[in-house]
Amino acid sequence: MAIDKLILTILALPLIGALINGTMGKSLPKIVVGSIATGVMFVAFALAVLVFNSNHEATFIHLFKVIHLDDLELNARLQVDGLSTLMLLIVTGVGSLIHLFSMGYMKEDEGYYKFFTYLNLFIFAMLILILGSNYFMLFFGWEGVGICSYLLIGFHYSDKEKGMLNGIAARKAFIMNRIGDLGLLIALFLMLMQFGTLEYNEVGNAILAGDLPSGWMLFGITLCLFIGATGKSAQIPLFTWLPDAMAGPTPVSALIHAATMVTAGIFLVVRSNFLFEHAPQTQEIILYIGLATSLMAAFMAMRQNDIKKVLAYSTVSQLGFIFVSLGMGGYVAAMFHVTTHAFFKALLFLGSGSVIHAMHHEQDIRKMGGLKKYIPITHITFLIGTCAIAGLPFLSGFFSKDEILAHALHHNVVIYVIMAISALLTAIYMFRLYFVVFQGEFRGDDHTKHHLHESPLNMTLPLIILAVLSLIGGLLNVPSLFGGNHWLTHYLGHSTLGLNKVAEVHLGDSQTMMLMGVASVLALGALFFAFVKFVKNNSVPESDEQLTGWAKLSANKLYIDELYNALFVKPIEWISAALHRFVEMLFLNRLIDGFTMVIDLSGQLVRKWQTGIVSSYLFWMVTGIVGLMVYYIVKF
Amino acid sequence: MSLELIATILGGLTVGSALMVVLSKHPVRSVLYLVLTFFMISSNYILMNAQFIAVVNIIVYAGAIMVLFLFVLMLLNLKQENEPRTSFLIKIASVLAGGALFTVFIAALKDGVVIAASSVVEANDQGLVQNLGQLLFTKYVLPFEVSSVLFIAAMVGAVMLAKREKQMID
Amino acid sequence: MTLAGIFQSGVSIQFYMVLATLLFSIGAVGVLVRRNAIILLMCIELMLNSVNLLLVAFSTYFGKADGQIFVFFIMVVAAAEATVGLSILVMAYRNLRTTDVGLFNKLKG
Repeated sequence: MAIDKLILTILALPLIGALINGTMGKSLPKIVVGSIATGVMFVAFALAVLVFNSNHEATFIHLFKVIHLDDLELNARLQVDGLSTLMLLIVTGVGSLIHLFSMGYMKEDEGYYKFFTYLNLFIFAMLILILGSNYFMLFFGWEGVGICSYLLIGFHYSDKEKGMLNGIAARKAFIMNRIGDLGLLIALFLMLMQFGTLEYNEVGNAILAGDLPSGWMLFGITLCLFIGATGKSAQIPLFTWLPDAMAGPTPVSALIHAATMVTAGIFLVVRSNFLFEHAPQTQEIILYIGLATSLMAAFMAMRQNDIKKVLAYSTVSQLGFIFVSLGMGGYVAAMFHVTTHAFFKALLFLGSGSVIHAMHHEQDIRKMGGLKKYIPITHITFLIGTCAIAGLPFLSGFFSKDEILAHALHHNVVIYVIMAISALLTAIYMFRLYFVVFQGEFRGDDHTKHHLHESPLNMTLPLIILAVLSLIGGLLNVPSLFGGNHWLTHYLGHSTLGLNKVAEVHLGDSQTMMLMGVASVLALGALFFAFVKFVKNNSVPESDEQLTGWAKLSANKLYIDELYNALFVKPIEWISAALHRFVEMLFLNRLIDGFTMVIDLSGQLVRKWQTGIVSSYLFWMVTGIVGLMVYYIVKF
Repeated sequence: MSLELIATILGGLTVGSALMVVLSKHPVRSVLYLVLTFFMISSNYILMNAQFIAVVNIIVYAGAIMVLFLFVLMLLNLKQENEPRTSFLIKIASVLAGGALFTVFIAALKDGVVIAASSVVEANDQGLVQNLGQLLFTKYVLPFEVSSVLFIAAMVGAVMLAKREKQMID
Repeated sequence: MTLAGIFQSGVSIQFYMVLATLLFSIGAVGVLVRRNAIILLMCIELMLNSVNLLLVAFSTYFGKADGQIFVFFIMVVAAAEATVGLSILVMAYRNLRTTDVGLFNKLKG
């Protein structure tokens, strides 16, 4: 099949799945609903592999014109190049595994068909986002994944105990994203003003040909793009929605809030690399915000007791890590980490889903412990995921993190040190999570213990596949030290606009060795520290009241939510209350009451005329005709 | 007798019978006077050499419509005694309004520029069936067809309204 | 006496204009004065006919048949109006036991 037909089929498949399940899903048996949704995803993935095999040059597929006004022309156009193919593989691959997992995880759920409809719809929107050839298509997909994310976070909105909280979490995510989206939209308008087009290629070629806009313009565009990215990719200051988004079902957290949607911001920056390369101030901002996010989120993750919250903060931290790489111009390194992160974070989330499934929807790690005996497959795969994210040597996370650290060392040694600390914290909290959940003694009640069970095959199979990917994912871009040839660098650089022009950092073998040594020592040290603290001393996380000092700060997420509350929410509430009291009650209400009163009074007056007697109406009609005729006779 | 005299007499008779329609107390008499008025108007049509319209006028108005009116009158069995009375004041006001209407119309028409009779064509046979038929089925064929739809709608509407089962007005 | 050319033999078009206006005004006065709904409908027919008369007069005067075609259509509309109007009236009489428009005051709010 030709490449354009392949791509269109891939796009159509999840949409068809969503349409079938959305319209008829209610009356279909669950197994059919799940099979349709999962089936289309696997077919899409197979086709994506075909695309990957056949395509080596950037290809454009023109679909149709959306807006054509004067000079403005916005097209629905697709672009298939290295970057979008890589994302296509991640989205369809990880997506299909998570669909499979969901078939088991959501089995008991009322809204089974709704869940798969949203999930397929999300995949469709995400594909539009990554396959579009212009910022307009990206924006379309961007909003599409936003709404699906909203729907899925608040999926259990009718839950008796937590339904309200789920709804609030969904709303929070939606509103935070809206702030970012505004930034993105402004960036789009600025770009239209400056370049007159939103096509990546046209903007990129203009920039690469040396047609640079003024410094302030470029700074404004890139900064607004980055604000958009902070919203979607949960960076300071718009990151607080992501931990709350864990209210959604766990497969959703794995797919949307770990593997795919939250990397949209990174994708955006990598796509616009030609812009960012010429805006060093923005790059600096990205670098420091990424760094701060990474460190802060890692710190917050240290004392979380909800298994999914730990992973959520870990995601924020890793995304920060990737943004640091972007800030230093390490686009390929960033995409590399996005890929491996998609593998092991999806694995970890699905693993936690399996744990939660086994624990009958208990998410508090203080009530777990010793689970390795009961759910062996989940245990092994979770361990692999933990090691991969912690950066244990030769797992996927090791290589990708190392590449970012190499960039950092090349850039500035202070940044390198801070990032190393962040990586160390990552290793510590992940091993803490692992040890507390799987090692030691079971701390839950007997009823739960009695029912502990390994998940069915359709849940463990994705875990196993993702575990294998987490193990070997690093091979994508093996440094030359181990005989690798930086395959990903070449692949992305070959056909993605701008990426071939960007200088990649390749350190010498001895430096690489030194870096990897330090990273290994840190990871192993963290492993040892966590082992001593949580297994040897068998210490269980304290309840919130006993915490003091730094630990309390961490457990309460640095009081960021409270800070935002005091800084933004409260003042808005005050202003609203003041407006209500003084403007609304004193002025607007009276004005409107006055209007109604005038209308009421005049109506009371005139209604006497409406006798309801036909003759009188006729009389007035004749009078009117006479009046009109007289007017015209006098006038002419 | 000159045509002028005939036309004047016919006009007078038309106005007279029209007045009687309004003035007669008994509804049935009103109907009969109206039939007479229509006959007078038809005579006027014939005077103006519009034979087709004259015949149709008698068939449709004097024949069909007025019979329908009579039918309804008989059906409802209205008598002179329960004929509603109008107050004197309203009568005065109405006549004044009608007079004003007439005056104003005349005032408006008086100034209208009428093309002199010299430009009027001699051959005066446009009122014959053949001419009208040709015009009706060429230039005005669409309105003609549309009017048939109007008739169907009116028929269905009349049947619907006159059905007994449901009370339309409380 | 020839039927053709009435306007050539001294009858002016103004004569028919006045006649039609007079008929129209009589119809209008009738609508205002009478309270029997059936008579009202009849007066409306009278007014329509006065317009027809004027149309035919002008049609003959100018030697154009279009005016007579319009008369034809007006008759169509009048017939439709009479049927619907009368059936409404019958219905109203059935419910209210009267044809006095003065008592048809359901429109009063």
